[in-house]
Amino acid sequence: MADQTLPIGGSIDVTLARPEARTALLEWLHGWVVTVDHKRLGILYIVYGIVFLLVGGVEALAIRLQLAWPDNHFLSPELYNEMFTMHGTTMVFLVGMTIVFGFANYLVPLMIGARDMAFPRLNAFSFWMTAFGGLLLYYSFIGGFGLYGMGAAPDVGWWAYAPLTAKAFSPGHATDYWALSLIVMGFGTLGTAINVIATTLSMRCKGMTLMRMPLFVWLMLVVSALTLVTITPLTAAQIMLTIDRYLGGHFFDTQAGGSAVVWMHFFWIFGHPEVYVLVLPAFGIASEVIPVFSRKAIFGYPAMVAASVGIAFVSLGVWAHHMFTVGMTSVGNTFFVLSTMLVGIPTGIKIFNWVATVWGGKIRFKTPMLFALAFVFQFLIAGLTGIMLSVAPWDWQLHNSYFVIAHFHYVLVGAIVFNIFAGIYYWYPKATGRMLSETLGKWHFWLFLIGFHITFDTMHYVGFLGMPRSIYTYEPDRGWNHLNLIISLGGLIQGIAVLIFAWNLIHSYLRGKRAGNDPWDAWTLEWSAPSPPPAYNFATDPEVHSRRPLWDLKHPEDPDWKYE
Amino acid sequence: MRLTIRCHGARKIRQTLLSVISLAAPFIGPALWADTSNRIPSLFAPESTPAHSIFGLSMFVLTITGGIFLVVGGLLAFAIVRFRGRDNDSSEPPQIYGSTQVELAWTVIPILIVVVLFLTTARIIFAIQDAPKPKDSLDVTVVGHQFWWEFRYPKLGIVTANELHVPVGRATWLHLLSADVDHSFWVPQLAGKTDLIPNHPNDTWIQPDRPGLYVGQCAQFCGVEHAKMLLRVYVDTPEQFAAWVKNQQQPGVQDPSVAEGRHIFETEACTNCHTITGTGARGTFGPDLTHLMSRDTLAAGATLNTRQNLYAWIESPDHMKPGVLMPAMQLSDAQIDQLVAYLNTLH
Repeated sequence: MADQTLPIGGSIDVTLARPEARTALLEWLHGWVVTVDHKRLGILYIVYGIVFLLVGGVEALAIRLQLAWPDNHFLSPELYNEMFTMHGTTMVFLVGMTIVFGFANYLVPLMIGARDMAFPRLNAFSFWMTAFGGLLLYYSFIGGFGLYGMGAAPDVGWWAYAPLTAKAFSPGHATDYWALSLIVMGFGTLGTAINVIATTLSMRCKGMTLMRMPLFVWLMLVVSALTLVTITPLTAAQIMLTIDRYLGGHFFDTQAGGSAVVWMHFFWIFGHPEVYVLVLPAFGIASEVIPVFSRKAIFGYPAMVAASVGIAFVSLGVWAHHMFTVGMTSVGNTFFVLSTMLVGIPTGIKIFNWVATVWGGKIRFKTPMLFALAFVFQFLIAGLTGIMLSVAPWDWQLHNSYFVIAHFHYVLVGAIVFNIFAGIYYWYPKATGRMLSETLGKWHFWLFLIGFHITFDTMHYVGFLGMPRSIYTYEPDRGWNHLNLIISLGGLIQGIAVLIFAWNLIHSYLRGKRAGNDPWDAWTLEWSAPSPPPAYNFATDPEVHSRRPLWDLKHPEDPDWKYE
Repeated sequence: MRLTIRCHGARKIRQTLLSVISLAAPFIGPALWADTSNRIPSLFAPESTPAHSIFGLSMFVLTITGGIFLVVGGLLAFAIVRFRGRDNDSSEPPQIYGSTQVELAWTVIPILIVVVLFLTTARIIFAIQDAPKPKDSLDVTVVGHQFWWEFRYPKLGIVTANELHVPVGRATWLHLLSADVDHSFWVPQLAGKTDLIPNHPNDTWIQPDRPGLYVGQCAQFCGVEHAKMLLRVYVDTPEQFAAWVKNQQQPGVQDPSVAEGRHIFETEACTNCHTITGTGARGTFGPDLTHLMSRDTLAAGATLNTRQNLYAWIESPDHMKPGVLMPAMQLSDAQIDQLVAYLNTLH
């Protein structure tokens, strides 16, 4: 039964009591496969993403082991190239995208007081497309038919620049698995994006105006719109590549007059906004976690919304800053310098607003908050190194060096993965009814933080010393030896931290403390539902009067709606 | 003619910055970790004109971003320490929803910073990219191959590989082409990188101001042996350079004492890919070997050019550089000995 003290949503739980007896394993599995419930699909997405996080992490450790010292023979050059291609593709498409859309699936309906997504069956279809796309990619290890009939994973880099992907330079099927799996996953992603947009625009409960939506929902709306625009050119480019490889097309075939640069434009007009597709939901998680654990309302809500929409718009016009070295005109380069630097303004506003939210609060240092605070600090650095990279002449030096690797791992790990962890620690009690262990959580946080900084702070420096990316080994006389060993050790520490996290997920599921509806004393609608919420979320349609409906309930003497 | 990049008012600021940075150099410099006898292609040790101006710009940007980091990071750290909650205090702090004045201020300040950074950057972009080509500049055509560099000096009639020789103090104009996939020419101490893209010729330039050897490597993933596509630029004094040119313009040495080795070279498939002027070998898929012995390294820098290494390389290129396109020719030990003896005369 729901908490009777809260007259919103969960007050009357009229869903049928679940059968107490344990159903057979097969039935249980069947239930997960045929489900169209947004919460179950959300959990499927996130579990799928965490499994591939471990796979991608093992690939990263293999890379780091190979680079720990010069002229190492742990991996062959061919296998090394497969490892970094698969690591990049996995982490972006199978980890980042799935976990982000998993959070969206689970949280958006709960946060806006809806009973499910707008199109539940499209939702299930999207998940299974994504899931099978990922399996297709990994099947290349067995079925990729490379040289000597061995399986071969894609080895052209996750950016897959033409003409290295042409039949002449990439025989076998490994590149085809890469292209086809991205097409399949792309359709899944598009389905979810349409679903999120439709849900946020048409399924909000009474009183939930757009400007009262939680920031996470706002950011998922922006991200979904951005996804619709950016996955399309990626899918188009993969189809063109496949036509080149099998039907004699010459889009990117430079030996027949095609253009390698056109591929770069297609890829980065997807690839750069893709970074924002991943990082904006992370902003959304931080914007939920930081206020609750600072015990203050988010500072400057309208500015946060405007900045998010602004970032999304500007991000569509910056893609060629990945191409400062391909020989664009000086005017072209200058344009992309300006557009890229402009991103810094809305991003700066966001950082200032998070700091101002903490300012004057009473901070509770629970694990979700630790991850979110580390995120703000690291994202500040990532933004500043981004400014450095936007300075085209300096980018001519830094491009494709380890400085770039450090910069984008600061964004993808320091911002996105940290916030994914924050989000999981924050909402795990809602999804499972159990608290994650704080002790294990703090071990996880501190080890991961230390490992992260050992690895990626050092990487900036080895980039300054001229070490390029994508190399399977390096010369011993370049002054990079000790630094690479340090980077690898940091990677190992992060690996241990992630194992602690995985153990925490399993252990707490079985033995964790009961969570109750609202363990964090939070303010958004999902905390009014039971943990875990029943299939239909809210027995009665909730009605809200401000951005923090539960604050209004808990503080009837000082409700938010007086000030908004 | 000496090519310089004009720096109007910013020169003074930059000099101040550079002096500050040079004070900090022992702490950020490579000396911290590395043996100083190493060849470190550090961005912070520029020895050529475009690299100098990029270094100056980078120090300016580093100072501004460093300042932002200290201010914002400091505020965040202060807030975290100052506003930590007490265990026994369960009351809620005052709720503040925003402040138009404060938010306006922290919107306007970043805009001003962006204007300054953008104008500074634009000036350097135009100064480097649109620099007029001096009349006395040396022309070199660079062709990227999987996985080696071809250097052609069209006005001097020289073709060589992997080791570029240029004169000190004079501008060298590099015309960048690719024979197969994308590559990128990067010698950090001389200039930023520029890509070599098939069907898309590019140009870049360097003007080194100190003789010496500068190392770099391909900076765009180009396939299996991308890591062993190393690059060496020898900046010669004018006399050294003239002597080098004179030697390179000679046809291949014809030494009768190694005629067997030359016969093997000419009758095996070597000639399909390699050129040695003065012989029938006219292949262009592999490096020109006319003056092989004038180079310090083999296989695009994968190993030093010694007799043993040359022997091992010919015997099994794939062993030394897995994935290289040169095949093992299945020669007998005696044949390889004779071939190496012949190649060793090609000074």
